[in-house]
Amino acid sequence: MFHLILFLFFGAICVAGAVNLLVQSHPINSALSLVVVMASLAAEYLLLGAEFVAAVQVIVYAGAIMVLFLITIMLLNAGKEERTKGSRVAILIGVPGVLIGGVLVTGTLLTSPNAQAVPIGALKGDSASIARLLFHDFLLPFEVTSVLILIAIMGAVVLASRPEAVARGPRKDGR
Amino acid sequence: MIPLSCYQVLGGILFVCGVLGFLIKRNIITIFMSIELMLNGVNLSFVAFAAQWHSLSGQVFVFFVMVVAAAEAAVGLAIIIAVYRTRETLNVDQVNLLKL
Repeated sequence: MFHLILFLFFGAICVAGAVNLLVQSHPINSALSLVVVMASLAAEYLLLGAEFVAAVQVIVYAGAIMVLFLITIMLLNAGKEERTKGSRVAILIGVPGVLIGGVLVTGTLLTSPNAQAVPIGALKGDSASIARLLFHDFLLPFEVTSVLILIAIMGAVVLASRPEAVARGPRKDGR
Repeated sequence: MIPLSCYQVLGGILFVCGVLGFLIKRNIITIFMSIELMLNGVNLSFVAFAAQWHSLSGQVFVFFVMVVAAAEAAVGLAIIIAVYRTRETLNVDQVNLLKL
């Protein structure tokens, strides 16, 4: 019962944040409501017993990635978005289609006979067992992702640096 | 005890909100945030299925999704900065040429 109340509470916060992201017209407000969504999702992970995933969700998503977004918004001085002709067409065609798809998926999930109840903390997602899996069974994908993120960092540096700085090359006078 | 389908429906709602934001938003940064919202919805269903099948592999996959999301955010925001530098706008309707 307590589990259900917690699930509904954080689920409601989560959905409210997601809807607020769509409604707000200023990107800063959208980013802050996305932080709310991620924090309440971390609580949902805790309810499922995935404590390490919850911690990483707060540290990486709500911490690192959202700070990156906020810094970009402030750096580019993004203002309110303006509505254009293309957005009206997307709303007219896209919104009914997506809503119909969502209702179909939800109906299928709710009427599925295979869905059993999940007891609280049934699966211990502590860091020791996660690490055992990550460094034994998933060692190769883990190393590949480290290469991937290294390439992403280099790509970000190259893309975000000024073009004239790349063309000029390093300074000759050593400064 | 909560049925697994409740978690699935919550993940589905988040995913649908992400798709809607992707369609109706015109600011390129907000569109990017909608993609993150979709990834979060998928992550929730990964963790829920991990609890359902008593296998931690689902939770490990969440980490891989997070790594991909972090790499995507870094590269994507760098691209946004580069686009803004050449075009002085963040509206996706005005970014319709590959080369100026």
